[in-house]
Amino acid sequence: MLPPVDWLLVFSHFASLSLLAVGGAITTAPDMHRYLVTQQAWLSDPQFTASIALSQAAPGPNVLFIALLGWNLGLNAGGGMDAGWPAVSPALLGVAVSMTATLLPSSILTYTATRWAHRHRERRTVRAFKAGMAPIVIALLIATGWLLTAAHDQPASDWPLYLLTLAAGLLVWRTRIHLLWLIGAGAVLGAVGWI
Amino acid sequence: MLPPAAPANRRDLFWSFTWLALQGFGGVLAVVQRELVEKKRWLTQEQFLEDWAVAQVMPGPNVVNLSLMIGGRHFGWTGALAALAGMLCAPLLLLLVVAALYGTVADTAAAQGALRGMGAVAAGLIAATGIKLIAALSKNPMGMGVCASLAGVTFVAIALLRLPLVSVLAVVGGVACVWAWHRLAPPSPNEGNR
Repeated sequence: MLPPVDWLLVFSHFASLSLLAVGGAITTAPDMHRYLVTQQAWLSDPQFTASIALSQAAPGPNVLFIALLGWNLGLNAGGGMDAGWPAVSPALLGVAVSMTATLLPSSILTYTATRWAHRHRERRTVRAFKAGMAPIVIALLIATGWLLTAAHDQPASDWPLYLLTLAAGLLVWRTRIHLLWLIGAGAVLGAVGWI
Repeated sequence: MLPPAAPANRRDLFWSFTWLALQGFGGVLAVVQRELVEKKRWLTQEQFLEDWAVAQVMPGPNVVNLSLMIGGRHFGWTGALAALAGMLCAPLLLLLVVAALYGTVADTAAAQGALRGMGAVAAGLIAATGIKLIAALSKNPMGMGVCASLAGVTFVAIALLRLPLVSVLAVVGGVACVWAWHRLAPPSPNEGNR
């Protein structure tokens, strides 16, 4: 059972990582693992890994893996899955604490800074920042696609995956086909074992 | 340059972001570009690229930052909250349901295969979004040649050398911003109304 003071520790841990999460919340996952699993032992290793894998697979922003971490923290505090419904309210508290702590600092900073930049959008520094970052941001997107593909590094068995990635990319680039059709096709092809 | 269209109200913002978040398997960005730029036309390709650059550099989840920026621009902080809530609420509920059900299907080959297939498609969507945005660079003050070089260096550093994002943004981004600042001549008085 997590006493309130521990929820305060959870809040301050997530809040302190919030402003360090440049490039996405997932970049702070290693430090969360160090604190929640290794140091405090509030979460098990499989719980941590499943939280990340599930949030990547489900729709929505990847930051929701932090909500799942909070959910599991609360579940454990409430006696685990076996405790049934009584564990749900601490689990929901965990979701609220972890998400608020993660989003509040970075959102206030982003909102304030971007409102300022929007009011001063004709300034040379603001325009230079946006123009300078544009090609880099494009390269980051293409690099993300590359890294996701390169994570499968067995060409002999993974080549159908590469082909699927290439086909999906070409279809998005060249046609206006709805993205859900592509995702659905990928799920079906994978489920029947073709890739 | 004004965007051709705008969200009607905060409710429109909330449901638009809910809808695009629920389509975002393996990342919401490709969907944001498709829905907000190509379909709803709330942003031009160039504005989207600028906003995405800012969302990427600020701490916090990129698409969350983007929803705050777009919501805030149209309806102030209540608009930002509406867009943020749309981005998070429905996917969060869905994710909690999925997590509760996960134990029953996690071990089946079909479930794992489906995840593999969806992941491969998501990789293609993200890369294609980047490729589509290249067209927006034609108006960049640094010129296409410099832009291509900066993009090439960034790709090699991140994808091939696997350098940390923060240092790549600081070094390559720093050089790019200084060069762009240099290229952007101070506006002369008679074109100050741009």
